[in-house]
Amino acid sequence: MPPAGTTTVLACVAALIALGVGSAPFGRRQATSPVVYGASAIFCLVAGAAALGALLARAAPDQAILPLGLPWTGARFRLDPLSAAFLIVIDLGGALASLYAVGYGAHEREPQRILPFFPVFLGAMNLVVLAADAFSFLVAWEVMSVTSWALVLAHHQDAENRRAAHLYLVMASFGAFCLLLGFGLLAGPGGGYAFDTMRAHPPGALIAGLVLVLAVLGAGSKAGLVPLHAWLPLAHPAAPSHVSALMSGVMTKVAIYAFVRIAFDLLGPPQDWWSVLVLVLGAATAVMGVLYALMQTDMKRLLAYSTVENVGIIFIGLGLALAFKAQGLVVPAALAATAALFHAFNHSLFKSLLFMGAGAVLGATGQRDLERLGGLIGRMPQTALVFLTGSVAISALPPLNGFASEWLIFQGVLVSPQLAVTALKFLVPAAGAMLALAAALTAAAMVRCFGTAFLGRPRSPQAAAARETDPWSLGAMFALAALCLVVGVLPGFVIDALAPAAALIVGGHMPDQVSQPWLSIVPIAESRSSYNGLLVLVFIAASAGLAALAIHRYASGKVRRAPAWDCGFPDPSPLTQYSAGSFAQPIRRVFGPAAFAAREIVEMPPPGDMRPARFIAVVRDRIWETLYAPIDLVIGRIADRLNRLQFLTIRLYLGLVFLALVGLLLVLAIWV
Amino acid sequence: MGVIRDLSVQGLQMMLVLALAPLLTGWVRRLKARLLRRRGPPLLQPYRDLWRLMRKEVVLAHNASWLFRVAPYLIFAATWVAAALIPTFATGLLFSWSADLIAITALLGSARFFLALAGMDVGTSFGGIGSSREVMIASLAEPAMIMIVFSLALLAHSTQLSTVAGFMLSSNVGLRVTLAMALVALLMVAVAENGRIPIDNPATHLELTMVHEAMVLEYSGRHLAVLELASFLKLLLYISLIACVFVPWGLAPVGSGLAAAGIGLVAYLGKLVVAGAMLAIFETSMAKMRVFRAPQYLGAALMLGLLGALLLFVSRGGLR
Repeated sequence: MPPAGTTTVLACVAALIALGVGSAPFGRRQATSPVVYGASAIFCLVAGAAALGALLARAAPDQAILPLGLPWTGARFRLDPLSAAFLIVIDLGGALASLYAVGYGAHEREPQRILPFFPVFLGAMNLVVLAADAFSFLVAWEVMSVTSWALVLAHHQDAENRRAAHLYLVMASFGAFCLLLGFGLLAGPGGGYAFDTMRAHPPGALIAGLVLVLAVLGAGSKAGLVPLHAWLPLAHPAAPSHVSALMSGVMTKVAIYAFVRIAFDLLGPPQDWWSVLVLVLGAATAVMGVLYALMQTDMKRLLAYSTVENVGIIFIGLGLALAFKAQGLVVPAALAATAALFHAFNHSLFKSLLFMGAGAVLGATGQRDLERLGGLIGRMPQTALVFLTGSVAISALPPLNGFASEWLIFQGVLVSPQLAVTALKFLVPAAGAMLALAAALTAAAMVRCFGTAFLGRPRSPQAAAARETDPWSLGAMFALAALCLVVGVLPGFVIDALAPAAALIVGGHMPDQVSQPWLSIVPIAESRSSYNGLLVLVFIAASAGLAALAIHRYASGKVRRAPAWDCGFPDPSPLTQYSAGSFAQPIRRVFGPAAFAAREIVEMPPPGDMRPARFIAVVRDRIWETLYAPIDLVIGRIADRLNRLQFLTIRLYLGLVFLALVGLLLVLAIWV
Repeated sequence: MGVIRDLSVQGLQMMLVLALAPLLTGWVRRLKARLLRRRGPPLLQPYRDLWRLMRKEVVLAHNASWLFRVAPYLIFAATWVAAALIPTFATGLLFSWSADLIAITALLGSARFFLALAGMDVGTSFGGIGSSREVMIASLAEPAMIMIVFSLALLAHSTQLSTVAGFMLSSNVGLRVTLAMALVALLMVAVAENGRIPIDNPATHLELTMVHEAMVLEYSGRHLAVLELASFLKLLLYISLIACVFVPWGLAPVGSGLAAAGIGLVAYLGKLVVAGAMLAIFETSMAKMRVFRAPQYLGAALMLGLLGALLLFVSRGGLR
């Protein structure tokens, strides 16, 4: 008899919630922290193992109905392949973030603001993915939002963090509201809130389209889809680093899960325009996200924007999958869907790793500002190594995992001339170009980030005095780096593991990969395209080894240390080296005018004037200015006007209530 | 026996590109000098330079890290592997299926990633300027390259180079607008990626316009030798790529005998000579652009590639 995965995961969720609630009275003691994090790691590992077991055994979906929630429905939880795939993402990320936090949490000055919420946050994310009716889904979703909001607000003394938390709360409410409406429409007048009922009675074309838009808004605002990403670069850096790793690496995946569940599973057959919408948003998100990342000097904000970019890439994959599914092309749809899921998994690995690395840097130097770091590779060699691994992986360079999934998405783009929709014929190659542009710009952003933080000379005394981080954190980061390498070198195993999830959402899966000779991955046929990460790794290692061997055998081995040459211009000040700002300048000049209305102003005082010359670079956030600022302004004005309502007499209040009642009854009478 | 033969052909290919790369650079340099009415260095000068550099001691900056010392080997290895995966004289190499054209592009991207990091390692202003310009150029050149790959892959229904070459050899290619666009775009990208005039000047030092040379400014001795060899290899790689895709004549097909391989080798050498000569003529008749003209140049390449791919998407819909 197969193990009942749902029960195991639910038990772990209950344990996590109990852990959070139970730790609340003891939060102030330093000794609580390792216990809570250690226990979180263990529960996550158990839940993840149960999900992995169910996915690999291709176990039948397994449902549990608990007598919770609404009295006449009960709460349904179900472990199917799609949930299992995302549970693995959540619990792997959760376990490693907890492990990291065993060491990192020791620096925390106010652990009582984090410890009670952290395990509940993990449990809620598990529950979202496990939920099989709209009610428990939304409750879990809200618990996830509220606990992560509390974690963002952990360091509330900082005004910037309070602003981030406020914006996060507003956006999370907006997203939850959209999802609530979407599920309401899906449930229909009969009120079938169970996912099974929704799946059995898909809505008509108009309602389905409306629900899709609501799902894009609701899940997209949580995932960070442009233009709903505004909260993400504020909230992710504000939280403690292990929470940033979870929010960025894992919680965005829960949002993607919500979108996939609604758009692919519950909504019935897709329509052509859905994929157009998703592709446009995905491509715009990918490029805008990375361009924003290139302009940031705050290390964690840079990484948060890079998450926006990767969410865009995942949505490009999902958009392709929707397009193929709408046309009934099962094999390409499976390819694109698998690529998107694979990239989601990969992103959870390397983005968690990078946020943890940024946390290690923050712990060692107290700095997140790239302009005040530098030279850390000498002081923190192990952190530098894992951060470099993560940077290479996220830049989609072979043989690490980011390349494998982006390669698959490119293969998905290349089969799309089969699509017979005119709009898609123009859109898909453009999306492919955007994807390539985003990949190249990511490499630039990561060179800039790693180069200014870890290479060069220290730009501040704190950076010069940094110390290597603790062994727990290093252990978690090395585990993630190793996973990045293994998954990149042997992508076939992951693709095969994802096959049931792809089959669930598009009705087909990619050909079996592990049985391919030499463990290459072959999306469609070997004559079309194939890639072998293992051989590429072996080739690179062998050639580099061969070259090193030959050089050390025949070349002079003498090494002399000397001051840097720098064209013979000796310079003792680290301020003359390239900074993050100067590194981004060429790219800002190329893309800035279009993307950010960027301008450069040079103020040159007239001869004889003693004022210094000034160089001012102005970068504006156009999305904020055109979308959020007007909304903010309008709401402010309306609030000012409505302020008078606060001071009415009781008769007028009663009159208002009466009028509202009459109005609603009128609407009802006319409607029905 | 088949596997051993295939392995030796693959090994031969790897050694061939390595051995030919300095000669190609020597040929281009020599020809450029002659076109400028200078005598120019002997053809074999690059080999001598490499040997001389190898015998010299390495001068490392005080704060150079392990990355600085490891990067040259990684850059060299990634470039070499990419070069070895491109069919030069024979298609159907043993490991050609282990990486397709997208992976080859990404391998070059890896090499560039580490080169740009190496430029920033010592923390001098020249290294930084080189790195930041290199990533700016790459951020446009790479998507242009991917769009070219798209055009070719859509025509040949494959991103495998051997298959693409086979398709281009077959009779059903014909003259296509897309191919012309892809060729022009690929030539533009190749010029930019190799740091040739008009984007960068490989012969310059101590000049604010330099890109590649600025990144390797702090290198010396054996490290510099390895980096130089990698940049020679990169030039050879792009010429081989253009030759293999656009002028694939003479390539020995899969499983053919020694005679075909010999013909392939002679044809390949001929292509290198012609391409090197064309590059030399192009470079001597051009002036270097300002750095901030480069985005326009590469933007044109990107647009050409994208238009080529779009044409295929629009015209060949529903075919396969």
